[in-house]
Amino acid sequence: MRRAVLIAVPYLWLLALFLVPFLIVFKISLSDAAIARPPYFPQLEVSEGWSGLKEFFAELDWENYIFLGEDVLYYQAYLSSLKIALISTVLTLLVGYPIAYGMARAAPEWRPTLLMLIILPFWTSFLIRVYAWKGILSTEGLLNQLLMSLGIISDPLTILNTNTAVYIGIVYTYLPFMVLPIYSALEKMDDSLLEAAEDLGCSRFQAFWLVTFPMSRAGVFAGCFLVFIPALGEFVIPSLLGGSDTLMIGKVLYEEFFSNRDWPVASAVAVILLLILIVPIVLFQLNQQKQQEAEQ
Amino acid sequence: MAQTVFAPWNDPKEKPLIEFVNVTKRFGDFTAIDNLSQKIYAKEFFALLGPSGCGKTTMMRMLGGFETPTSGKILLAGQDIGAVPPNKRAVNMMFQSYALFPHISVWENIAFGLKREGMAKVKIAARVDEMLRLTRLEKFSGRKPHQISGGQRQRVALARSLAKAPKLLLLDEPLGALDKKLRQETQFELMDIQESTGTTFVIVTHDQEEAMTVASRVAVMDHGKIVQVATPDVIYEAPNSVYVADFIGDVNLIEGTAKARKTSNTTKQLAAQPIAEPEVSPKPEPSSDRKPQPNERGEWLHDKLLEPVLGKRAAVQKTVATAPISETATSVAPAPKPSDLPDGGLEIAWLDNGKPLIASNADPSLDGAKVVLALRPEKLSISTEEPDAANVLRGKVIDIAYLGNISTYYVQLETGTMVKAQIANTRRVSRRDITWEDQVWLSFRATAGVVLEQEA
Ligand SMILES: Nc1ncnc2c1ncn2[C@@H]1O[C@H](COP(=O)(O)OP(=O)(O)OP(=O)(O)O)[C@@H](O)[C@H]1O
Ligand SMILES: [Mg+2]
Repeated sequence: MRRAVLIAVPYLWLLALFLVPFLIVFKISLSDAAIARPPYFPQLEVSEGWSGLKEFFAELDWENYIFLGEDVLYYQAYLSSLKIALISTVLTLLVGYPIAYGMARAAPEWRPTLLMLIILPFWTSFLIRVYAWKGILSTEGLLNQLLMSLGIISDPLTILNTNTAVYIGIVYTYLPFMVLPIYSALEKMDDSLLEAAEDLGCSRFQAFWLVTFPMSRAGVFAGCFLVFIPALGEFVIPSLLGGSDTLMIGKVLYEEFFSNRDWPVASAVAVILLLILIVPIVLFQLNQQKQQEAEQ
Repeated sequence: MAQTVFAPWNDPKEKPLIEFVNVTKRFGDFTAIDNLSQKIYAKEFFALLGPSGCGKTTMMRMLGGFETPTSGKILLAGQDIGAVPPNKRAVNMMFQSYALFPHISVWENIAFGLKREGMAKVKIAARVDEMLRLTRLEKFSGRKPHQISGGQRQRVALARSLAKAPKLLLLDEPLGALDKKLRQETQFELMDIQESTGTTFVIVTHDQEEAMTVASRVAVMDHGKIVQVATPDVIYEAPNSVYVADFIGDVNLIEGTAKARKTSNTTKQLAAQPIAEPEVSPKPEPSSDRKPQPNERGEWLHDKLLEPVLGKRAAVQKTVATAPISETATSVAPAPKPSDLPDGGLEIAWLDNGKPLIASNADPSLDGAKVVLALRPEKLSISTEEPDAANVLRGKVIDIAYLGNISTYYVQLETGTMVKAQIANTRRVSRRDITWEDQVWLSFRATAGVVLEQEA
């Protein structure tokens, strides 16, 4: 009995906070837009009983999905989101891995401090930090001023409102999510493994490729998913740092919802985004599971 | 029998494979290895023994290239290897912690070093399979290290370090996690491998029996220094210090003051020989097998002293004619007669009362010094009637430890000193006449002990 209750808790949690909202969104995506409150039709009238329910289901259709398929904008937005998320994940990995490696190799007494420094930015609001980047990247921003005063450039670079700024923003924001899992994988590694590799004829570099990197692979996967998944649906960073040509599905979703007040289309966009995300989420879960098994 | 004994360390012309020259290693202000010089010869099976933290692993790590000496140098085949990185040394190490790669299978672990050499695939497979067979790991080749037992892991580590057939193999407690049978089998495998490949082994072990069985020479370490290096039988029979005597095997240490005995010319030579004379077959016969197989004396040592405590050696061993030694030690009646008491050596006055103890094999130059008489328990005879022997002690049996084929009697002398005597249980009932609280006599020959200078 107690076991059943214990198992039921996470399921109830999932049901209440994931499945029910999803079903509501899914239902809205099958409805039609209406100038009403809420702005869609049909609404379920429980008072009308069985016939009301039949009428309600008769009104639902796949119209919005067909619309999304016909308008190339959406297709492009998904594709460009995937591209941006993918590139920023790779960039975050390239920046994050050396940081994690350095932390794991640092003297043990330094590691808590370094870890602290990685987590520190979370103490400030995410929005404020992204805004701060506007100040750094703008034409008269700190970066351009610095580069010009050093004489490296003569004309200010246009970074803000381009995809580059979006990449910078995503890498900066999600870096801790990349560093922490890789660090935790590397930290567990025994130095004697590298010594053994060298003993068996590896150069330092080979030892890294054949031992260190494979052993941190689970951390790398975890980090990549933790960056890729939220980056795909990212809205704040592209809208604050990106330009008008930065096409990301999060921005499209926002516009459909708040500017067009077309909830059904926005819901359809969200449902498709979710379907796209299921693939990496399932892969992520498998990775975590495998890692747990390996640790037993 | 004509074959020469393997003892390159006695041959001044022989070039050592490894030479430590005044090597010191400090960690911060802690000295782990203290001005150590030592030669190790090709094809040796060199065992390092010593208490935990005395610097055994540090010595190995310097040979492997993972630590550099703070001062001094290490020569491998005459070349200073200080600057040679581990991957360029013809040395493989089996790590105390095994250091298996957790992300690849047992098979891949063993193949790791071979692949780095760029060996042909077929040859790698053949070699790995051979190693798997040797270490009985065939069934586990596909598993990851975390899917096998501790002992199996140890064997993988061993197989991995053996796979490359290095010139010098460093084994840091290679067999500690194996059960006794497998351990003994592996010891003989190691000796076989050593013989067939000519690899030089340096082995760290906490197991004295292991050191005695496999080693050509044993080095006893203490606080970063080698205290004594010698063949296993010499280490056991002629320890050069109280520390070594106490560290290797069981020993009674009797403190006293030495006084030179009257010498006639004939006995001078005998007196100069500090080795405790084994009661039978005193001259070590050169073994028909080349070292580092245990020679007869080593085997005898093993069978008589260690086997009762640690169990039989593996069956591979050829049977040794039972040395009559046990008879003397066992039988109550014919205790050594003082009439055959040789001249020379020392008399040791101890605790002021009673007769001094006689050690005719001791170095008379210790005259007047504070000394310790180190006496192995199996060199003592025990009897209920006063025997006619060179050295006789009287006491009361306090405890008897029955260890199957051997019993240890803890006898308290009138002065309060506890002395251990070990007697083989050849007859079932005959020993029953000595039991707790009995008054007994302990006796030993004038040559049974080793006289050592007291350590400050
Ligand atoms: N990297 C290090 N830093 C500081 N001290 C060290 C280091 N490595 C070893 N030591 C010290 O050097 C001494 C010798 O260590 P070592 O590992 O050689 O001992 P050992 O003889 O192998 O012991 P055991 O039998 O327990 O394995 C120990 O006191 C140890 O604490
Ligand atoms: Mg050690």
